[in-house]
Amino acid sequence: MFEPALEGMAQTALDRCEPLFRKGNTNCGGCGMSITLQMLRHAVAERPVQLIVPASCAAVAGGTFPQSTFGVPTLMTTFASAPAAASGIASVAALNGEELRTIILAGDGGTFDIGFACLSAAAERNEDILYICYDNEIYGNTGGQRSSATPAGAVTTNTPDGKLEQKKDILAILAAHRIPYAASISLAHAEDTHRKMRYALDQKGFRFLHVLSPCPTGWKSEPALGLELVRLAVRSGLFPVYEIFDGKRHVVNIEPDFSDEALNMYLSLQRRFQKSGLEAADLRPAIDRYWQNLRALSGRIVPARRDG
Amino acid sequence: MTVELLSANHGAALAATLAARANRKGRGFCSGVYPITPSTECMEYLCQQKIEKGRVIRVESEHSAMGVCIGAASAGARSFTATSSNGLAYMYENCIAAASLRLPVVLAVANRTMGPPWNIWADHSDALTLRDHGLIQFYCADNQELFDSVLAAFRLAEDKRVMMPVMVNMEGFILSHTVAQTEIPDQGQVDDFLPLTDIPHRLGHTPHTLGQIEIPHQTEMHRWQHHTAMLEVPKIYGEIQSEFEAVFGRRLADAVVAYRAEDADTLIVSMGTIGSTAERVVDTLRAEGHRVGALRVRLFRPLPVEAIRSHYAGKKRIAVIDRNISLGLGGVLWSETRCLADPGTVVQNYVAGLGGGDVRPEHLVAMLANLEQRKFSGAPAMMEAV
Repeated sequence: MFEPALEGMAQTALDRCEPLFRKGNTNCGGCGMSITLQMLRHAVAERPVQLIVPASCAAVAGGTFPQSTFGVPTLMTTFASAPAAASGIASVAALNGEELRTIILAGDGGTFDIGFACLSAAAERNEDILYICYDNEIYGNTGGQRSSATPAGAVTTNTPDGKLEQKKDILAILAAHRIPYAASISLAHAEDTHRKMRYALDQKGFRFLHVLSPCPTGWKSEPALGLELVRLAVRSGLFPVYEIFDGKRHVVNIEPDFSDEALNMYLSLQRRFQKSGLEAADLRPAIDRYWQNLRALSGRIVPARRDG
Repeated sequence: MTVELLSANHGAALAATLAARANRKGRGFCSGVYPITPSTECMEYLCQQKIEKGRVIRVESEHSAMGVCIGAASAGARSFTATSSNGLAYMYENCIAAASLRLPVVLAVANRTMGPPWNIWADHSDALTLRDHGLIQFYCADNQELFDSVLAAFRLAEDKRVMMPVMVNMEGFILSHTVAQTEIPDQGQVDDFLPLTDIPHRLGHTPHTLGQIEIPHQTEMHRWQHHTAMLEVPKIYGEIQSEFEAVFGRRLADAVVAYRAEDADTLIVSMGTIGSTAERVVDTLRAEGHRVGALRVRLFRPLPVEAIRSHYAGKKRIAVIDRNISLGLGGVLWSETRCLADPGTVVQNYVAGLGGGDVRPEHLVAMLANLEQRKFSGAPAMMEAV
């Protein structure tokens, strides 16, 4: 497992001079979206970029008129319209022969829920868009309500006893659109993240990146522990990090150790799981099933879980 | 210039196509479209056209259709879409976004009543729900007028003093599906009439954000700027009329169309195709010696208050015919213009033709007979109750 420290991301001559996401923004401490944008800055380098942001925490983070927190031209759209507006922007760039990377930065509400039809349609049309979903598993901007990305067992402001339903498998849904590239991103694995971001930036057609984005405010966790939580989710197998090419070829990027220790640690470090008393044993069967399927899809003849 | 037999839907799409091609040396054309009865033929026609430096995106909903237009205009392109009724309602949020972002999208609406219960026929209740959010609204009465209005809409929307969406309305089926001879200009004429689209606040290279958070006084100022820009529209429209005539050799219809109104005692006021019927009724009644005139409000937003006030002045009786109803109040055109008449004038509202009911000359004659008996303005009356 390759897990470089954040210091490894220090700016080099190859990196973008201007940050994508400037200092003085209003994001909570430990926000995964902030980390995503810092990582994206390094991956983007000097490629021309425009951002499309639907209603979300990112729309608030964009700053108050006339200032702009984003260091690139940005369009704020209505909640369910980012892929449609991005289709227009990418089309006009193409008509004018411009080498533009049209990037959507959307939360899980705008992706899994209200923007889902629009997202599916843009993926079906294979629009030339890079879609980045920073998934904090909650409606953060409205104060922490459940979304279809919220995992079962998590307490939110409108599921006070814990959500009953399982999280949508958004990556599989996007892969079913047979788009050129879909991948999940672990913010705790910078090198893998940068590689996939760069690859996604330079592909044509619809590309989708799914980022597990720690939300200390919604997860009721320690802000400084965000990356550690992601690492635990990856280690335990709860958040599989893999990529799918053309909806067919599945490649697992980071091998979990499937340890109950990591899973229990992940659950216990977030107060959102406290009330339902969720433990590793409750989640393990579903994780095993998911990985059996992923092994089959990725053509790896190894057990889903290596014991001992 | 050629003359073609076209439905109003096809005419709107052809006007949009010519406008799209006219921007081929600019940043091009991009449009999102989605079908709905009775505006479907407009998007079908557009999808059949070859447009150099243009793309028509077949999206999954009206909401996304306007979403594409917002993106296209944000990137500096010319943009157009068409819809009706519930499609417009579904698009509503993005229509407002396009207006508030000051993006010059042109929207052709084949007016149809709102459902369910489903009814595919005409009234103005769909478009009027959007009257308050900074979209310019025209209501047309015939095919040529609609074609001309769509062409002029691009010029008006993209004028730097205006910079906002323009909605051009045609009653569903009554106009959208009526086939009539339409004068079609050459591409060269359209090129002369429409400058290349230039949207100063489009996304370019400089980092800036369109549509980010505003605090109260900023929103207040932006609303006021938008309002003030709208108030300039009648004057700017007058300039565009002159240029339209210079290029195409025919007159672009006025914002408010008066017919034998000057010396009239009684005025029939309406929007859309009822206005044509009203003119015919005026001729008939004039022949019988009645001093009747007609007024058709073509530009509804911004409302040409001064023009309407001057036509209302000195009239004894005014019948305002609304093919719409603001439930709990009455017709929208009536409620907005009754205050513009002289204090003693009887301004009576007749709600007619909701959900596509025919409004024929005999209906208007009956309304006028009813109006003649009134000494005071009364509550709005339904046509069937007259």
